Amino acid sequence: MVSFLRFLINGISLGSVYAIIALGYTMVYGIAKMLNFAHGDIIMVGAYISFCAISYLDLPPLLAVLLAMAVCTALGIVIEGLAYKPLRQAPKLAVLITAIGVSYFLQNSALLIWSSNPKVFPSIFGSSALQLFGGALSITSEAIVTICANIVIMIALTLFTSRTKTGKAMRAVSEDKGAAQLMGIDVNRTISLTFAIGSALAAVAGVLLCSTYHTLMPTTGSMPGIKAFTAAVFGGIGSIPGAMIGGLLLGVIEILGKAYISTELGDALVFGVLIIVLLFKPAGLLGKPVSEKV
Amino acid sequence: MLLEVENINVYYGAIHAIKGISFHVDEGEIVTLIGANGAGKSTSLNTIAGLLRSKTGDVKFRGRSIAHTPAHRVVKEGLALVPEGRRVFTQLTVEENLEMGAYTRDNSEIAGSLEQVYELFPRLKERQRQVAGTLSGGEQQMLAMGRALMSKPALMMLDEPSMGLAPILVEQVFEIISSLHRAGTTILLVEQNAQMALSVADRAYVLENGLITLSGTGEELIRSEKVQKAYLGG
Repeated sequence: MVSFLRFLINGISLGSVYAIIALGYTMVYGIAKMLNFAHGDIIMVGAYISFCAISYLDLPPLLAVLLAMAVCTALGIVIEGLAYKPLRQAPKLAVLITAIGVSYFLQNSALLIWSSNPKVFPSIFGSSALQLFGGALSITSEAIVTICANIVIMIALTLFTSRTKTGKAMRAVSEDKGAAQLMGIDVNRTISLTFAIGSALAAVAGVLLCSTYHTLMPTTGSMPGIKAFTAAVFGGIGSIPGAMIGGLLLGVIEILGKAYISTELGDALVFGVLIIVLLFKPAGLLGKPVSEKV
Repeated sequence: MLLEVENINVYYGAIHAIKGISFHVDEGEIVTLIGANGAGKSTSLNTIAGLLRSKTGDVKFRGRSIAHTPAHRVVKEGLALVPEGRRVFTQLTVEENLEMGAYTRDNSEIAGSLEQVYELFPRLKERQRQVAGTLSGGEQQMLAMGRALMSKPALMMLDEPSMGLAPILVEQVFEIISSLHRAGTTILLVEQNAQMALSVADRAYVLENGLITLSGTGEELIRSEKVQKAYLGG
């Protein structure tokens, strides 16, 4: 029973990371109707930036995270402006291929700058752990911080999109760009802002991920990126609560699957569940069925 | 002249949709563009609003060219478009839709305008917290009009406001257009319902295949044999 609880908490913690990454996928998809496959690599960049800030500049962890967020925000805006904005009217396939190109570009740049040798990411949240059941169940500080960060981000984003003028404008743009322009909303600026928010969240996710698993390589972002993308589709792409639920479920399924079924099959299980969900709910758990206008 | 459209040519790829038309709207008028499907009525409005671009000519609003102004800046100039098919934000609430209409204005000015819109459309007030997608077609049309009013436009353009509405609602919509006009808003109206449009209009233009083939006062056109035959079923 205690071990089940431990797996469950690990799963929620991993799922929280997926959820934070999935938010970036889902928000960008909602607004720009594109899959930003370079999103996973922003995670990696964020992790490297905070790694350098902590190891080489001796910055305190919090400042390192903020620095990583700032760099990734700028990176997200630049990528959108240089690579995706010129393709606003282009076929979707062109945008998709460009995103894959950006992903390789980021990975190879990281390879050049930081080499392929894995870096050992420091434990930035300390080694203390919460002991429950007389020490039988210990929850690491990473897990606590990750879960809390996820909750804070969820609440903040929900308030942002439902209460602020900019957030409402974002929802308006995601529904109808033409009508949004007629309201006076600058669609390009809104898309840019969405990339900025998504990329800042990716930086946070990178730090949380690496401080839990400690290995940092140029390819660190790809697998979590793909899984978070799965989580976004799972929950219903374009839906913010969907990304949250999708991420958490995916994390829990992965950890429980690895613990009770097979370590090797953990990842296969994750994608298997996606296939089953999509068979019955093609728009994802919280996605709205799209009817094409004729 | 409040709005002056001079020799605009608009293309959709290879299709020449608007072939060098010119027209104008004076302050305080209701002007209508009538014509069949595909004549270029909506294209004209979308070009004025900045969603489409003309290859030639100019669009002037209050004497200033807006032909190259991005669509999201045109609103601030005092020009609002109620688009064809209403295009309310179905996932936003009624009140959020109205707030979006006032996007370019200061937050402090919004409350007063909201009150005015609710006064004009009491039904919207009843449904203010409801998601717009749950409204009926007539209610959505009112929301689209109310949303455009939230920007306090000097010129309001309406694209087929009667489309898909029951006759009683069509009359309601036209009553509202008349009352907005009496309150001082200049109106440029695009309609397939030529009878209704001509009856409220000061002046009208007939569009056919991207060209203006006839123009005159509303009454003149109602009596014109050609309009009678082609658009009024006479």
